[in-house]
Amino acid sequence: MIGGLSGAELIWLALALPMIGALGIAATGRARNLREAVTLITAGATFCVVVLTLLPMVLAGERPATTPIEAFGGIELAFTIEPLGMLFGTVASTLWIVNSIYSIGYMRGNREPRQTPFYVCFAVAISGALGIAFAGNLFTLFLFYEVLTISTYPLVTHKANDDAKASGRIYLILLMATSMTLLLPAIIWTQVAAGTVDFVAGGILAGAGLSTGALGLMLALYIFGIGKAAVMPVHFWLPAAMVAPTPVSALLHAVAVVKAGVFTVVKVIVYIFGVDYLATSGAAEWLTWMAGFTVLCASAIALCQDNLKKRLAFSTISQLSYVVLAAAILSPLSMIGAAMHIAAHAVSKITLFFAAGSIYTAAHLTEISQLNGIGRRMPWTMGAFTIGALSMIGLPPTAGFLSKWFMLGGAWQAENFVAMVVITLSTALNAMYFLPIIYRAFWLPPPADDREFPAHGEGPLPVVLALTITAFGTIALFFWPEIPFSLSTLMMEAP
Amino acid sequence: MSVEGGINWVEHLPALQVAMPMLGAVACALVRNGGISWLITLAVSWAMPVCALLMLHEVVAHGTISYAMGSWAPPVGIEYRVDEANAFLLVLVSIIAALVASYMPRSVADEIAPERRGWFYTMYLMALCGLLGMTITGDAFNIFVFMEVSSLAMYVLIGLGRDRRALVAAFQYLVIGTIGATFYVVGVGLVFTMTGSLNLYDIAQILPEIENQRPVYAGLAFIGVGMSLKLALFPLHLWLPNAYAFAPSAATAFLAGTATKVAIYVLIRFLYSIFGVEFAFGSPATQPTVLLLACLGMLVPSVVAVFQVNVKRMLAYSSVSQVGYMILGIALLNATGLTGGIAHMFNHAIIKCCLFLAVGCVVYSTGIQRIEQMAGLGRTMPLTMAAFVIAGLALIGVPGTAGFVSKWYLIQGAAEQGMWWLVVVIVVSSMLAIFYIGRIVEVAWFREPSDAADNPRSLPFEMQMITWTMAAAILYFGLQTEISAGVPARAAEMLLQGWAIGGGQ
Repeated sequence: MIGGLSGAELIWLALALPMIGALGIAATGRARNLREAVTLITAGATFCVVVLTLLPMVLAGERPATTPIEAFGGIELAFTIEPLGMLFGTVASTLWIVNSIYSIGYMRGNREPRQTPFYVCFAVAISGALGIAFAGNLFTLFLFYEVLTISTYPLVTHKANDDAKASGRIYLILLMATSMTLLLPAIIWTQVAAGTVDFVAGGILAGAGLSTGALGLMLALYIFGIGKAAVMPVHFWLPAAMVAPTPVSALLHAVAVVKAGVFTVVKVIVYIFGVDYLATSGAAEWLTWMAGFTVLCASAIALCQDNLKKRLAFSTISQLSYVVLAAAILSPLSMIGAAMHIAAHAVSKITLFFAAGSIYTAAHLTEISQLNGIGRRMPWTMGAFTIGALSMIGLPPTAGFLSKWFMLGGAWQAENFVAMVVITLSTALNAMYFLPIIYRAFWLPPPADDREFPAHGEGPLPVVLALTITAFGTIALFFWPEIPFSLSTLMMEAP
Repeated sequence: MSVEGGINWVEHLPALQVAMPMLGAVACALVRNGGISWLITLAVSWAMPVCALLMLHEVVAHGTISYAMGSWAPPVGIEYRVDEANAFLLVLVSIIAALVASYMPRSVADEIAPERRGWFYTMYLMALCGLLGMTITGDAFNIFVFMEVSSLAMYVLIGLGRDRRALVAAFQYLVIGTIGATFYVVGVGLVFTMTGSLNLYDIAQILPEIENQRPVYAGLAFIGVGMSLKLALFPLHLWLPNAYAFAPSAATAFLAGTATKVAIYVLIRFLYSIFGVEFAFGSPATQPTVLLLACLGMLVPSVVAVFQVNVKRMLAYSSVSQVGYMILGIALLNATGLTGGIAHMFNHAIIKCCLFLAVGCVVYSTGIQRIEQMAGLGRTMPLTMAAFVIAGLALIGVPGTAGFVSKWYLIQGAAEQGMWWLVVVIVVSSMLAIFYIGRIVEVAWFREPSDAADNPRSLPFEMQMITWTMAAAILYFGLQTEISAGVPARAAEMLLQGWAIGGGQ
């Protein structure tokens, strides 16, 4: 798409574009149409670079990389795009465009204050997510991991009331404290043990001579240090972050932030530990249990939530641990499932959040018990919601079916019956907490008292447009899964 | 480079480094007019980094500089001895002094009565002269002299604060500082009786032959305790919080960036170059004791900082905890740890200086010093508070900021020694920083502005600019560490060799 630029230049461009966009948004803050145009143009340009230019290069077998810049004492700032990172980068930059359209409708529809800082932080957060995706070593990844945490803090606390302050506190302390106290020592331990923190296909720890116990401890430091992956008990920040405006919950807490977490987990397992080495050492067995527990426990909690966004948040926690669980099974098929679920869950969960935001904008409803009959007034919104929910449960013809298929196949391959039981049980739980919403929306009559349930139609056009696009995406990924599938396969085949 | 008259100025740089601020101070004292004194201060303090950088360049290119004061050959005369370690510190101290000097005129005019401003600048240059002298000199007694010069000047600087409690703070510092200096000079006396020399390099040559005698141990102990008082090692830090809290804003920024760092340098010099690591840490109990004090220093003052009501006191307690990091780096006894300790001296100097400069801006614009009054400042003074947050993040040790680099070295140094419990202490201490910085963020952004914060006086350009220069430096040194970690790495290597076997030439 963009000719004449080398891979390294394209990487820098992809990282710089959202940052430049952020400056542009800040500069045009007073003219809001212009500001929104800057957001959309930046998102489009980033999409051109990441998806239309870099993605074909990676699919063709290239591995674009920048020349490492030494930061200090042998620690380098380096970017290399391998298939898994490309997958995450593609998801983040594609959904950013859709989300920008949605944000415009939502933020204007709800007359939110301080919209300019909102869009600025959003753009910075996307740059952070792309930095994580393209990081060539743990130091670079950690750097952008913190950029993402810090840039999303103002988004989470956007409402600036006491509720937002309390949630922001949990968000910041949990994400930053876990990364500082667990992830950082794990990274430095890796540096001391292996002499490098580069991501290398096949892992770098095989020759480090760590005992199984030490390896398990290091894995635990990584898993709980990567708070963004929300494996219990470091999941509290995610429901707390739901206090943010819905576009934030949608892109950041269904895509960029949480996917950065599970992406990092998969990346560490594949490129730092090495799948084979970890499988033979047996140091990851506890992780199957921990992730399985999170899947079931979070689903059970989701069942009890009446607030729609809270229920979606606990569903996210459970779905994130699917990815961790699939990675912990350590069979080739399950790793493919883990990678594909990053894409599948992203597109489905963003649809669900979009729908929740649409309901809030049009009808100002937040609780599930208020949603009787809403499907008749908001057919597009609830139609998209249904598609997203089906994908969460894992039913065809949606994206969630494919990733779940690979996960189950991988669990079968590795004869990991714990994982199989967990996935089956959790599918039932998913159905139990999503299907009643759909039933309520389409089959139950709306309340007779109209004062409690004011007349309203669909959400604003940009909102409906965005959620329709992602709903189509959820189905399209089922019929045309080539891109995520070939990227996941490339990840496992890489020498 | 020689000019008419036949004087080779480059050769005399070490003398100029100390003589210029001293003469400048005298000139200020004679003029005693705020404006002119400030111009003198500005000129002198900007000449200092030039001297220091020229010397650093010379040291890196051609090795250690030895300068015989008054042409009396060492060890009889006073020698100024510049190598990587102190050339680096000279650059740091003089640049901070120059930046603060550029920042301060209107802040000083705001906080200090007109008839006293001349004295403020006099004492500022005097303190600078003392600190540079302590760093550059190669003579044990000369260190004591400059220590007294800088300390006396600092007592006055602190006492010039507009709050009456500043006088108490100055007096506290005076008492404790004098005890520290006395301990130091007693230690030097003991070493002198055994070696017959005051020249540091000479002492280092003689000590190995006689080091197992009791007075040498006693000398080491006296010097160690004396310097620990000066550098505010927990639990000998009690003078520091009040001194930082009640001194004029500009003086606090200067002191926080420089005073404790120079004391730490002197301690490093004695432990590594003169006594040597094997002797100084020869007793099996020494290293654990120092590490324990460093760890307590990192944890306890951090917890105390969380509960402070005055923002300057909070930052002061944070300084005490950061001193713990530096001492930790010294006591790890490996190259990585020592590099981290020295790098943290540099990084913490710019970080804490930036924080105090930002607080100085707040004090100038609104007069606010209490944290609860800072409500809403994030919206009424966004640029200043943004700089504050950047420096705060560096204090936490977020990657991409200067604080991360030194923290990485320290953790790696501890890991290389197999001291995993230290890793835990370091990360827990940085987590505590999240609490006290986060508290400011919450107050400044999530509360409605108080009356005081609502209409800030507009900020002079130079104050805003210098604060942001520091903030930019924090980000710059987060990724470009040729100066902030490269030079310390070389200094650490040189220090670990010691001077005893003719090293450090």
